[in-house]
Amino acid sequence: MSEAVLRVKDLRTQFKTRAGVLKAVDGVSFEVGRGRILGLVGESGSGKSVTGYSILGLIEPPGEIAGGEVLLNGQDLTRLKSEAMRKIRGAQIAMVFQDPMMTLNPVLKIGTQMIAAVRAHDRVSRKVARGRARDALAKVGIPSPEERLDSYPHQLSGGMRQRVAIAIALLHNPAVILADEPTTALDVSIQGQILAEVRRLADETGTAFVWVTHDLAVVSSLADDICVMYAGRVVETGPAADVIASPRHPYTAGLLASVPAEHEPGTRLPQVPGSTPSLANLPPGCAFAPRCAKAGPACTTTPPVQHFEDGRTALCNYPIEPVSCQPLSSTSTTYRSAS
Amino acid sequence: MIGFLIQRILQALMVVIAMSVIVFLGVYAIGNPIDVMIDPASDQALRESLIQRYGFDRPLYEQYFIFMNNMLHGDLGESFIYRLPVLELILSRLPATLELALTAMMIATCLGIPLGLWAGYKPDSLSAKAIMGFSVLGFSVPTFWVGLLLIMAFAVELGWLPSGGRGPTTEVLGMQLSITSLEGWSYIILPAFNLALFKLGLLIRLTRAGTIEVMSSDFVRFARAQGLSEGKVVGLHVLKNISIPIVTVFGLELGSTLAFAVVTETVFNWPGMGKLIIDSITVLDRPVMVAYLILVVFLFVIINLVVDLIYGQLDPRIRVKAAS
Repeated sequence: MSEAVLRVKDLRTQFKTRAGVLKAVDGVSFEVGRGRILGLVGESGSGKSVTGYSILGLIEPPGEIAGGEVLLNGQDLTRLKSEAMRKIRGAQIAMVFQDPMMTLNPVLKIGTQMIAAVRAHDRVSRKVARGRARDALAKVGIPSPEERLDSYPHQLSGGMRQRVAIAIALLHNPAVILADEPTTALDVSIQGQILAEVRRLADETGTAFVWVTHDLAVVSSLADDICVMYAGRVVETGPAADVIASPRHPYTAGLLASVPAEHEPGTRLPQVPGSTPSLANLPPGCAFAPRCAKAGPACTTTPPVQHFEDGRTALCNYPIEPVSCQPLSSTSTTYRSAS
Repeated sequence: MIGFLIQRILQALMVVIAMSVIVFLGVYAIGNPIDVMIDPASDQALRESLIQRYGFDRPLYEQYFIFMNNMLHGDLGESFIYRLPVLELILSRLPATLELALTAMMIATCLGIPLGLWAGYKPDSLSAKAIMGFSVLGFSVPTFWVGLLLIMAFAVELGWLPSGGRGPTTEVLGMQLSITSLEGWSYIILPAFNLALFKLGLLIRLTRAGTIEVMSSDFVRFARAQGLSEGKVVGLHVLKNISIPIVTVFGLELGSTLAFAVVTETVFNWPGMGKLIIDSITVLDRPVMVAYLILVVFLFVIINLVVDLIYGQLDPRIRVKAAS
C-alpha cells in the first residue's frame, strides 16, 4: 500500500447521556492511501457515521472525542482549534452524506451553494467561483452544468443531487472524501453509475475515499480495502477481495452469508442471530459474543487483535481459518481498478 | 406568475366586496346617527328632513348600492362631525400612523431577528435564556402599562424625551412626516418602542424556533462539512430557510399595527388614525367608521398579496405549486 493520506489511530468518541457514557467509537484504527477506496462496513448503530463525523470534527455536544488521533498527511486533526479545523474541512477532507434530498438547501440555487463552498476557502470572485463550480459538475458527469447551476435542488433527480453533492466535495480537490452511505437512497442503476464515477475519480484525481456503508455488495465491487465495524470497534480489516472471499471474523462471515445474491433462490437466507446490542449495555469482552456461534469462554474478556501473515487483522479469539480456494462468485459488476 | 397574480387579485376583490357588506350592515345595526347628531330638543320636522337628506329613509339595499356607487367614484362621504370629506380626513392622519407603525416594525425586526437567531443558535446559553425571558415580557405585559412606565422613566424622571405628541413635520412626497428631523425622532422613539414590544417578543420566538429546527438539518451539517464559517451557515442557509414564517408574521403584524395602534396612540397622544377612529366611534361618526374599516380591509388585502408574492421569491417550491 502507498503512503497513507488519512490514518486514524485508536479513535474514541463518546456521548455523555443520562444513561451513562456511550462509547460510539471505541478505539477505531484504519488508514487509507492516495487514490484508494476504503469500505467502512457495519450494521446500523455500529459507529460508522460517528467515525466519519469525528474525523471531520463535526461531533456536537453531548458527544466528544475522548482520545486517539486523526492524522491527515501527518497532521493531527483532533488537536486543531475550530477555525483551523474549518479551513481543513471541505478543502483537504470533504464529506458526502446519505440522503441527497436533505443535504442540499431546498431554497438556494445549486450555484449559490457551490459558490459559497468555493469561497469558504479561496478568496476568488463570484465569477471565478461559478466557473469552478461548473467544472466540478462537469467532472461528475452532469449534463449541461451551466444550466444546472441555476436550478434548485427540487428540480433535480436524486441521483443528480448526489452527483452535485460529490461535485461540491470535489471542489477543492481534497485529499480524502468521506462518503456516508451516499448511494443508499438511490436506485440500483443510478447507484451503479455513481460507483463507477467514484472509482474513476479516485483513479484520476488521486483522492482517497472512505466509503461508509452497510451494503456489502457495494463494498465488494468498489473498495480496495475493507474495515468491518461492530459496536464501535473495528473487528476485521484487510484487502476487500480477500476479506469477502475468506472472512476471518465470525461477524464478517455472518454478514456475507446474509447477502441474498450469494444464495440459491428458494432456500432460507441465513441471518446473524440476535440484533446489534445497545451501546448503553454492551456485554463485557467481545461485543459480538452473544450472537456468535464460535464464542467460547475466552470471549468474556476483550479479545486481542490478531494479525495474520497477509497483513489482515481480526479482533477475535477464535478466528476462522482461511479458505484455500477463491469462491468469489460475485455476479455484480466490479468497479475495482485492476491493481 | 401572471395567472397567479390575477387569481390573487380576484380573490382580493371578493374579500373587499364581502367586507364592505359586513361593515355596512354592522355599522347600520349600531343605530340611527341622526339621534346623536341633532339637539334632542329639535322638532320632528328637522329630524325628518335630516334623515331624508342622508338617505336613511331608503331601503337598506338601496343605501348600500348608493354607498358602493359613491365609493367606486372615490367618494366615501363626509364626516358628520368635521364636515370634511372622509377620505381627506383619514389620509391627513395616515402619515402619522404610517411612520409610527413602520418605525415600530423596524425596531422589532432589527432587534428581533438577530436576537432570535442568537437564541436559536446557542439555545442553552445564559444570554439566550435572558432573551427568551425578555420576549415573554414583551407579549404578556399590557401595552398601555408599558407605555405609562416608559413615559414615567424617560419623560418624567429622566427628562430625556418628550412625554407625548408628535414632532414638527416637513412635507416629503406630499406627506407630512416628522422623522425627517432629530427632534421628530425624540417624539417618535418612545411610542414606536412601546408599539414594537409585542412584535419584538413574537419575532424573537419565531426566529428562535425556526433557527433551532434548521440548525439540526442535514444541509446545515453538509454546509459545515464544506468548511463554511458559522456566520455564513447562519446568514445564508438558516436565514433564508426561516424567512417564510417571519415574512408571514411581519405582514400580519404590519397590518394590525397600522390599523390598531390605538392604545399606543392614545397613551402617547399621537395624532394618528387610531385616535381618529376612537373619536369617531364615541360620536357615531358613521362615514368615518365605514371608510376607516374599508381602508383597513384594503391594507390587509394588499399586504397579504405582497407577502404571497414574496413567498414565491423566497421558496422556489411554492412557485412551482402556484404555476401548476
